[in-house]
Amino acid sequence: MTDRKRQEFAKNWELEKLENGRMVLNMGPSHPAMHGIVRIELTVEGERVTGSDVEIGYLHRGFEKTCENVTYNQCVPYTDRLNYISPLINNVGYALAVEKLLGIETTPRCQYIRVIMSELSRITDHLTCLGASAMELGAFTVYFYLINARETLFRLADSVAGGRITPAYTRVGGLTRDLPADFGQKAAEAFKVLGKNMADADKLLTRNRIFYDRMHGTGAVSKEEAIALSFTGPVLRASGVPLDVRKATPYLVYDRFDFDIPVGSNGDNYDRYLVRMEELRQSVRIIEQALAQLPGGPVNYPDLGVTLPPKEEVYGNIEALISHFKLTFEGVKPPKGEIYQAVEGGNGELGFYIVSDGTGRPWRVRVRPPSFTLTAGLSKLIQGAYIADIIPTFGQINMIGGELER
Amino acid sequence: MNSYLLDAFKARFPEDTLETSSFRGDETVVIRKEALKAAALFLRDELGFDFLMDLTAVDYLPRQPRFELVCHFYSSKHNYRLRLKCPVTAEDPSAASLTPVWAGANWFEREVWDMFGIRFEGHPDLRRLLMYDGFEGHPLRKDYPLKKRQPRIAHRD
Repeated sequence: MTDRKRQEFAKNWELEKLENGRMVLNMGPSHPAMHGIVRIELTVEGERVTGSDVEIGYLHRGFEKTCENVTYNQCVPYTDRLNYISPLINNVGYALAVEKLLGIETTPRCQYIRVIMSELSRITDHLTCLGASAMELGAFTVYFYLINARETLFRLADSVAGGRITPAYTRVGGLTRDLPADFGQKAAEAFKVLGKNMADADKLLTRNRIFYDRMHGTGAVSKEEAIALSFTGPVLRASGVPLDVRKATPYLVYDRFDFDIPVGSNGDNYDRYLVRMEELRQSVRIIEQALAQLPGGPVNYPDLGVTLPPKEEVYGNIEALISHFKLTFEGVKPPKGEIYQAVEGGNGELGFYIVSDGTGRPWRVRVRPPSFTLTAGLSKLIQGAYIADIIPTFGQINMIGGELER
Repeated sequence: MNSYLLDAFKARFPEDTLETSSFRGDETVVIRKEALKAAALFLRDELGFDFLMDLTAVDYLPRQPRFELVCHFYSSKHNYRLRLKCPVTAEDPSAASLTPVWAGANWFEREVWDMFGIRFEGHPDLRRLLMYDGFEGHPLRKDYPLKKRQPRIAHRD
């Protein structure tokens, strides 16, 4: 190996000289008590963590590079794979970003359906996070309760979009299809299951001595530190900053619903758990209001330059045929420019920064994934803690490899 | 508020502000990279932009200057967003690190170094983030072929 290359290996792989019984411990990449593939190189003194280095990159698939080489609508299925337990929020965020670039606003019905589907995804995201982190602390029963609720909601989303975790539901300017006729009834049934499972989980966890002792006071971060580390979402709100993109800069029709932003005070894992529990209830509230207000009308933006015309039109109308051909082969062509669109994802602000050069393919698609900054701050959260505290902290960070590493 | 911010920038950095613009409600300031850190401090300490939401880069090959560093700031106090960009040349792909100002910039900058090969002066620990040690090239550069193969890396003890 040349000297130049050796220098590029910035981290020296030889172990440092360890004095006073310090020890280097490898946690991961595949650790039974942590979900997700991540390697934490710990330096420990007995049970105390004195230093750590988080290593990621095990799930990097080149999302951003791929998107530069396909049309705008072809990126949508890739966005499913960013955060695969709340895929619909990614779909919605991406579609909103391209629409902002185009300078269009979708139909009211489409906006309501997007809100409903985003909130469904937020619920599945929080259920997974809470269930998995409870399981890692030994509460396996809770995992089954919450995953049962999640599965019910996945089935509901499946009945709408045609996929449990890979729905690819949105298109630039609209949706792939309207809600099924019996959606309201199915949603009400699903929420009954969700309510029951959540009540069970709540009883088993919230005042559980073992759970409380492991969550309370661990992984704490102050308001100022959380802001400096660019934290967003439930972890930031647990530290007492009431920042939620849905309230701060409302997109879609979020300003028409009555819902609250739960805020914690200690910034520890237990507050994060409580914030997520409350957000589940608030999301149900939003969906119920949205279903009550749901307007009729088309779900696609009525412009042949943006959305595909209906199939009957394509076969019977030359304009529609031309538009279908051009949209399929060349894609939507936003004007030259760049925009940043943020939506509230399950773990925080999910941002899409898109640069267009005026052709049918994006020049650059950048995703600002919410778990990225959270995982970056993990070393800080576990500094000085016990090894056992890493488990609840990592669980509440809710690292999603797909969006973290893209 | 709209032009106020952009004007404040022009007044503070008359020499270094290259361009200010607004597109679809997104406000953008382009500054020279020498002033990047001063501008970030100005934003944080005087204009109340407390969040560094995103930091990334774009490769505009074959344009000159080739790269652009893009930062998105958010002010929770004023509920306002601003994009700060600075051009970076291919001959000297480096910029001042924002990690001393925002701890959250650490991994963002490591990712930009990994993906674009832009060095950050003053970064405490500039290593590749998503790719492995020994990876050749920087994949998000436009001249990195989509299907390029990488050489096998030697076994490490």
